[in-house]
Amino acid sequence: MTIQTPVALAPAQRALSVLGGDLTERSLRLHLEGLSGVDAVGLEQRAADLGTRSIKTSSKAWALDRIIELIDLTTLEGADTPGKVRSLVAKALTPDASDVTTPRVAAVCVYGDMVPYAVAALGSAHANGGPNGINVAAVATAFPSGRASLRVKLADTADAVAAGADEIDMVIDRGAFLSGRYGQVFDDIVAVKDACRRDNGTHAHLKVILETGELNTYDNVRRASWLAILAGGDFIKTSTGKVAPAATLPVTLLMLEVVRDWHRLTGEHIGVKPAGGIRTSKDAIKYLVTVAETAGEQWLTPSLFRFGASSLLNDVLLQRQKIKTGHYSGPDYVTID
Amino acid sequence: MTSFLEYAPAPESTAILNLKDSYGLFIDGEFVAGHGTPFATISPATEKHIATIANANAADVDTAVAAARRAYDKTWSKLSGADRGKYLFRIARLVQERARELAVAESLDNGKPIKESRDVDIPLVAAWFFYYAGWADKLDYAGLGAAPRALGVAAQVIPWNFPLLMLAWKIAPALAAGNTVVLKPAETTPLSALLFAEILQQAELPAGVVNILTGAGDTGQALVQHPDVNKVAFTGSTAVGRAIAKSVAGTGKKLTLELGGKAANIVFDDAPIDQAVEGIVNGIFFNQGHVCCAGSRLLVQENVHHEVVDRLKQRLSTLRMGDPLDKNTDIGAINSREQLDRIRELSDIGEAEGAERWTAECAIPENGFWFAPTIFDNVSTSSRIAREEIFGPVLSVLTFRTPAEAISKANNTPYGLSAGIWSDKGSKILAVADELKAGVIWANTFNRFDPASPFGGFKESGYGREGGRHGLAAYLTSTVLQGAAL
Amino acid sequence: MTHLAVPKTYKLYIGGKFPRSESGRTYEVVARDGSFLANAAKASRKDARDAVVAARAAQPGWAGATGYNRGQVLYRIAELLEGRRAQFVLEITSTEGVTAAAAGKQVDAAIDTWVWYAGWADKYVQVAGNANAVSGPYFNISVPEPTGIVAIVAPPDSLLGLVSVVAPAIVSGNTVVVIASETAPLSAISLAEVLATSDVPGGVINILTGSAAEIAPWLASHADVNALDLTGAESLEWVDLQIAAADTLKRVRTPGDFGASLDRIVGFTETKTVWHTKSLI
Repeated sequence: MTIQTPVALAPAQRALSVLGGDLTERSLRLHLEGLSGVDAVGLEQRAADLGTRSIKTSSKAWALDRIIELIDLTTLEGADTPGKVRSLVAKALTPDASDVTTPRVAAVCVYGDMVPYAVAALGSAHANGGPNGINVAAVATAFPSGRASLRVKLADTADAVAAGADEIDMVIDRGAFLSGRYGQVFDDIVAVKDACRRDNGTHAHLKVILETGELNTYDNVRRASWLAILAGGDFIKTSTGKVAPAATLPVTLLMLEVVRDWHRLTGEHIGVKPAGGIRTSKDAIKYLVTVAETAGEQWLTPSLFRFGASSLLNDVLLQRQKIKTGHYSGPDYVTID
Repeated sequence: MTSFLEYAPAPESTAILNLKDSYGLFIDGEFVAGHGTPFATISPATEKHIATIANANAADVDTAVAAARRAYDKTWSKLSGADRGKYLFRIARLVQERARELAVAESLDNGKPIKESRDVDIPLVAAWFFYYAGWADKLDYAGLGAAPRALGVAAQVIPWNFPLLMLAWKIAPALAAGNTVVLKPAETTPLSALLFAEILQQAELPAGVVNILTGAGDTGQALVQHPDVNKVAFTGSTAVGRAIAKSVAGTGKKLTLELGGKAANIVFDDAPIDQAVEGIVNGIFFNQGHVCCAGSRLLVQENVHHEVVDRLKQRLSTLRMGDPLDKNTDIGAINSREQLDRIRELSDIGEAEGAERWTAECAIPENGFWFAPTIFDNVSTSSRIAREEIFGPVLSVLTFRTPAEAISKANNTPYGLSAGIWSDKGSKILAVADELKAGVIWANTFNRFDPASPFGGFKESGYGREGGRHGLAAYLTSTVLQGAAL
Repeated sequence: MTHLAVPKTYKLYIGGKFPRSESGRTYEVVARDGSFLANAAKASRKDARDAVVAARAAQPGWAGATGYNRGQVLYRIAELLEGRRAQFVLEITSTEGVTAAAAGKQVDAAIDTWVWYAGWADKYVQVAGNANAVSGPYFNISVPEPTGIVAIVAPPDSLLGLVSVVAPAIVSGNTVVVIASETAPLSAISLAEVLATSDVPGGVINILTGSAAEIAPWLASHADVNALDLTGAESLEWVDLQIAAADTLKRVRTPGDFGASLDRIVGFTETKTVWHTKSLI
């Protein structure tokens, strides 16, 4: 074994405060490898257990509205067009035309080149990163594979931010992560975070997609979650939706445990976004329960928890209609985007 | 809405229950009146009356044992193993079909949360009958020689913590092996056994093969001491088990005892921490801690002691105590006032002996028997709460520095039923498991049960095993040559 | 010129040593025809206590030895016994008044008993244990382990009786305190001499001579004894012993024959079931 010259990492503030001043690839590695292991069976059992909570009546009504408010309504297709995006925005603005009390979603999530159309379609309803209205989230960094040079990824990010994106959903380099090049993954995130900076000094919010389906093990998910937070991610997000499995309850539970632990350690709140595969209200409610009983109820707010979903919204609307009318509704009574 | 976490009530309906006002003894296939003074069974969550229960006196015990003997001689011992198995399969299916009803009855009468009776107790009851049903015609393969013989009439006395599950643990292997049964459920939890008697009628199990006598300790005593029983199986306290062992000495009755415990749950510093915390919670707060194998002594490595205890307290704050029939209840009612008094007494002693008491904040319902989840930290090994079985939601926390110290502290008890080990290091887990004097060891899990898995203790936790191939040996006479000439 | 015989002093065998009884007592062992054979040590309750201490000290090491090793140790006893066959035949002939042929048969059977049980040392776990197919993501296995200390009342059949109860108890890793036949204790002490020169660690087998009726109750009630083998206790008040044993829930084997059987091994073991989670991720 040879002693290598320590490779200094980009001086991200969180990593500096937690890992200390000599921030190197080695200090990062030691930290990540020193994290407690995850027993998969126990984790999955706990998730299944949380999934058995029975959410009824007033709790269910509240949960359904809150789910809508937490949705990043998403279209990420090669076939996306300005028309499709306008339709998505219309759905985001008016999820259920038959009920004006229906809340709006948190954001629309699109590819970078679609950001101008989303911004235009939102008009005055564009939240611009604020609490009122709807945000525009853009996937970036050569989404979904992330297989491009850092230069391209940064350009991708800066482009979307310049076009008005309020939130950037970046992907990590899973290849680098799996081969142990944690420093590279870290530096990439720091660089992308920097590319989220606007001229006025504000940042687009950065969601870091771990693509947990490719990381494969829960131990990797825990390490990647810590890495993403240390590097400056505002949110950690499970998946692109392009790889199976996408979001699962156990993976989300694990990531919520990490943000809970980060909060215990630093007092800082990090967001979590499960994305892909959550299609029913019943499933989404299990996530709400898991958030509330793991990180805490204060996480059930759009700045700290999001669902990356498309078909989920209509299922929630059907459930809302059932509660309102007392009878079951059907797919023809909710609009498609 | 003030808080999402105050989930709206989600009560399981009791409409599924079709209870009678009073229940007789189940003898020879029929419900008959008992000759003792009937008693009431109540819901420990509300103290409300559920039903009036017959009380078997010595004469009733005679009648039941005679019925079991007749059924053994005339019917059950003449049946093929395959046919015995089919009856057990029928019972298993009927339990599945009536699962929700049984779960509601169990939670009502016992006080345990419906999510446990629904997801653990009753599914395991069905699984137990399925498992042993398959053994009935395969006894030649049980490792007890060719055509091992049934013992005859089995007297079985079971506790109140898992009423129907303990019934299944006792009856399923006994019948599979070809014995007939007289079983006494606990005084405070007779209901599900009586519903089970109805299931036996639906299954058309031959009369007398299973007899169920309700009553208190004197009924149980008369049963196990009855001269015409060949087998005694008891689950309950070590004190009663000891008395039974003495009373059957010299009688030739085969005896299995599943008694108390004071299990160590050992958490090493390399444990998967979040799962370990879940395992600690499940270990001691499952079924309100009314579990003989409960992980009531947390042995945590000193360098992670505060971390683990902090996380544990945070986790306990999310437990929901209350109506056992609410689907979101995590902690139900203590089974009886008597048990509640004992838990309170020992907890007060723990406090007086200097351990640091911490109790999760939760609203205590006005009626019924309740005890909030409680941790005692910095408990010394000599403290009574570290030695005696509390049988309630009370955890004693002790620390250790090395694996050897963990092992010696874990084994420093007259009990030896179960233990837990939490570590990410396989070689350490296996070596520690080797050294622990306990019949069931859970590594990176706790309180798992399966009909294929033998269960039972070392030392004063009893003898014999229930579950698996080993569980059959308790109900059969081996035909392996004894005294083979060399 | 004739050689004047040098008679042997028969003492107890505790912890690998040959002490006299702490009580200083002995009793006369006589031949079938009533003639004096030897003064054997008459063990007291304190000797029994010391024997339990020795057995407890030896137990973890003995149980911790590999099955292969324990098997060889037992086989080694057979080898040594074979080498001293003539001595045992003589002792049995004089004590029990049987023919040399009958005594020879008994010694051979005792040797074969050691050999038979020796072979079980690394196999009983396989036969008495098994993997359990539980319905969940768990590795689950049940294995028998030695119970701990077994107190034994040996049958009156001197050598073969003693070997038949001791060998199955120790092969799994138990240590024993055995009360030898009261009337025919000489071959028990001679066996102890074999053991002392064999590879059996001191304390694994502790042999007491004297009155079983006097000592057995102390062993039956001793809290640090885990099991009680009453195979040879037919003539004692053995039900009382069984009742005394119930105070600490000892495993008890009631009086009966002592033929070789796996059941004798498994009867003084505890089944331990270990669960462990299984997952690829």
